[in-house]
Amino acid sequence: MSLSTETQNATGAAKSFGGMQARSDAALNSARIAISNLDFFYGDNRALKGINLDLPDRQVSGVIGPSGCGKSTLLRVLNRMYSLYPGQRATGEVMMDGENIIADSMDLNALRARIGMVFQKPTPFPMTIYENIAFGIRLHEKLSKSEMGERIEWALTRAAIWDEVKDRLDRSALSLSGGQQQRLCIARTIAVRPEVILFDEPTSALDPISTLKIEELIDELKRDFTIAIVTHNMQQAARCADQVAFFYLGELIEVAPAAQLFTAPKHPKTQEYITGRFG
Amino acid sequence: MAARLGQRRKWADRIMRALCISATVIGLVLLASILATLFYRGFEAMSLRVFTHITAPPGSEGGLLNAIVGSLIQSLLGTAIGTPIGMLVGTYLAEYAKNSWLGNAVRFVSDILLSAPSILIGLFVYQILVLPFGGFSGWAGVAALAIIVIPIVVRTTEDMLQLIPNTLREAVVGLGAPKWKMIILICWRSAIAGIITGVLLAVARVAGETAPLLFTSLGNNAWSTDLSKPIASLPVAIYSFAGSPFEDWIALAWAGALLITLGVLGLNILARTLLRSRI
Repeated sequence: MSLSTETQNATGAAKSFGGMQARSDAALNSARIAISNLDFFYGDNRALKGINLDLPDRQVSGVIGPSGCGKSTLLRVLNRMYSLYPGQRATGEVMMDGENIIADSMDLNALRARIGMVFQKPTPFPMTIYENIAFGIRLHEKLSKSEMGERIEWALTRAAIWDEVKDRLDRSALSLSGGQQQRLCIARTIAVRPEVILFDEPTSALDPISTLKIEELIDELKRDFTIAIVTHNMQQAARCADQVAFFYLGELIEVAPAAQLFTAPKHPKTQEYITGRFG
Repeated sequence: MAARLGQRRKWADRIMRALCISATVIGLVLLASILATLFYRGFEAMSLRVFTHITAPPGSEGGLLNAIVGSLIQSLLGTAIGTPIGMLVGTYLAEYAKNSWLGNAVRFVSDILLSAPSILIGLFVYQILVLPFGGFSGWAGVAALAIIVIPIVVRTTEDMLQLIPNTLREAVVGLGAPKWKMIILICWRSAIAGIITGVLLAVARVAGETAPLLFTSLGNNAWSTDLSKPIASLPVAIYSFAGSPFEDWIALAWAGALLITLGVLGLNILARTLLRSRI
């Protein structure tokens, strides 16, 4: 698999769609999560319609589409976040390791340890940096003090924030900048050692430099994690994703390797969207 | 025409402003004269004796020690009993029963209780704790004060929990935390300053309550900290002393009133600083 170094070149990629630096065509891995015939309902409102989509193992799947197209809903199905709210339900199959994620019998806490999520706005807990990371670990594992320290350093290092916070782990997480808070949240998510990480517009509240850092991070994380990222930003999808899925009005219109979807979309709706005709 | 209209508006504005200012002045003058009288008479009657001697017959050296201690015991115990109940009910309303039928009913009843005349609460406790158990007691007073505390704490707890963004809840649950851990470890922690503020305001409220204690702990001119017997309290002491024909008793009533006012003022300032430091 060849990784294009241009993916890190934000300014180059932002030029135009013609000159967009989509990552080169790479073969897609086998599915880590396989979605078939997925319908989702907010009460009577059908927000996802018959979705069939594979998330390839240890690669990045980008999900794009205009507001209200169901892309965030898709993520909220994958970690069963919707189960918090009465009146929201999903039907169909979302298979992972031979289990249907959306089955009633699913152990949600164990599932969410395997499928972590990073949100649009940074969500640091009102406690120290150390405690923020330790919180998630303690939910699932009993570690000794030294093991805990190692795990926390590992997670913060993987999230590319260790150097910035190693001297102030006992300070409040709320004292960090927005971009640092978001990387802290990523560290908190990977500290639990999930298999899949869902990013729900992780950079939409951040400045360009923090955005770039997080995109680089996502690129680096996919060596170990299967990643799904919802984004409003098509350049971001082009830079980060191996496979891109375009959603419109609750339907999956087209899914293809990133370069192919952005340069030679098959569906006219996709063409219109990526050329900015609507959105 | 336009000039006349402008004149009319100017006059309407002046009249409105004059009305508002005079209403404010009337309110402030009343409040200031109450406080001035209280401070003047209160400080005149204040002496060390107030804190070292118990109430005594007119003409002999008496203080308010038994009333101060009785008030402290009853207010603090009432708060200690009412606070956990109020917090749990408020948590139920905010986290479990947001839009349910039962939740709405509980919220409604709690709000009515919040503004119920406190003498009703005194009579209620008189009926269920004083009559059946053979007489006035400190415990009955504590129960009456606890009943006043509960709806105050319910309201602040619910309000403070509702200020927490749902994204924070989702972030906790997304790590694989069960709901009860989310509530105790994150939601309560985020809301704690606000909840403590509510509790302090509740203490301030019950410290000055007379009516619910008249029918329950009755008051006691002798030294007693036995909660199974009638027990003294500042508001009841003020009530009975202020209505007496003896000058030294009336002076003590002023001293007691000043003490309560300063105590409530102190609690309010503390509550405000706590709430501000949080924002």
